[in-house]
Amino acid sequence: MKPLALLATLITGALLLYGTADFAAWGDPASPPNRNISVRYVEEAVKETHVPNIVTAVLGDYRGYDTMFELVVIYSAGMAVMGILRRREDQ
Amino acid sequence: MKISMQEARDRIPQRDIILETTVRLMVPFIQLYGLYVIVHGHYSPGGGFQGGVVLGASVILLALAFGLPASKEYLTEGTDIIMANVGALIFTGIAALCALLGGMFLDYSVLTKILPIDPISWRSHGIFLVEVGVGMGVMTIMVSIYWDMASAGRLDEGL
Repeated sequence: MKPLALLATLITGALLLYGTADFAAWGDPASPPNRNISVRYVEEAVKETHVPNIVTAVLGDYRGYDTMFELVVIYSAGMAVMGILRRREDQ
Repeated sequence: MKISMQEARDRIPQRDIILETTVRLMVPFIQLYGLYVIVHGHYSPGGGFQGGVVLGASVILLALAFGLPASKEYLTEGTDIIMANVGALIFTGIAALCALLGGMFLDYSVLTKILPIDPISWRSHGIFLVEVGVGMGVMTIMVSIYWDMASAGRLDEGL
């Protein structure tokens, strides 16, 4: 199975690298990610949330749903590890 | 070279005064820094995830220096699980509370109905409350995963 796994990893990695070719140019002010919503975040975040750190404002407010499920992912990971590994003395 | 479990246990070094003193002095400052990273997330890089990891690392450091049972006296198994659940519930509970009060899910400004302050200020405070929940959850889950991984789930010896 190991050569197959290596092959699958290499193909997936190659596909992902191929996909990066379509990314917007890094730091390009005219690229689509920089023209749409991020302008609004930079301009309005402090006015709308009173949080000087825009990263925190986006993480906790605008993208709060994403952050909530990040915590749920960590929580599930911990519960899964606990459920699989933890044993009592008498078991 | 494969060694038996008994041999491996005999090879564990005995208590080391330099290591224990260093860790005992470092842990309060690490925890203070972790709290600082959480509460100062509004003004500097940081927040619940980073601060929680720092707090969790302080307990893991205790487990490494004094042994896993000593760290379980510091943060008991039950407290750990309760704090993990409370942390996750703070976040989801505040989110649900916002929806129950008639606003959007996670729109902290409707919390003015509970404590009448400026809605924009509530957004700032709502982010802070949520970050505290994230910090509690991340810290306790980090410690819990370390305990399980280091002792194969028995929580007795550790590394």
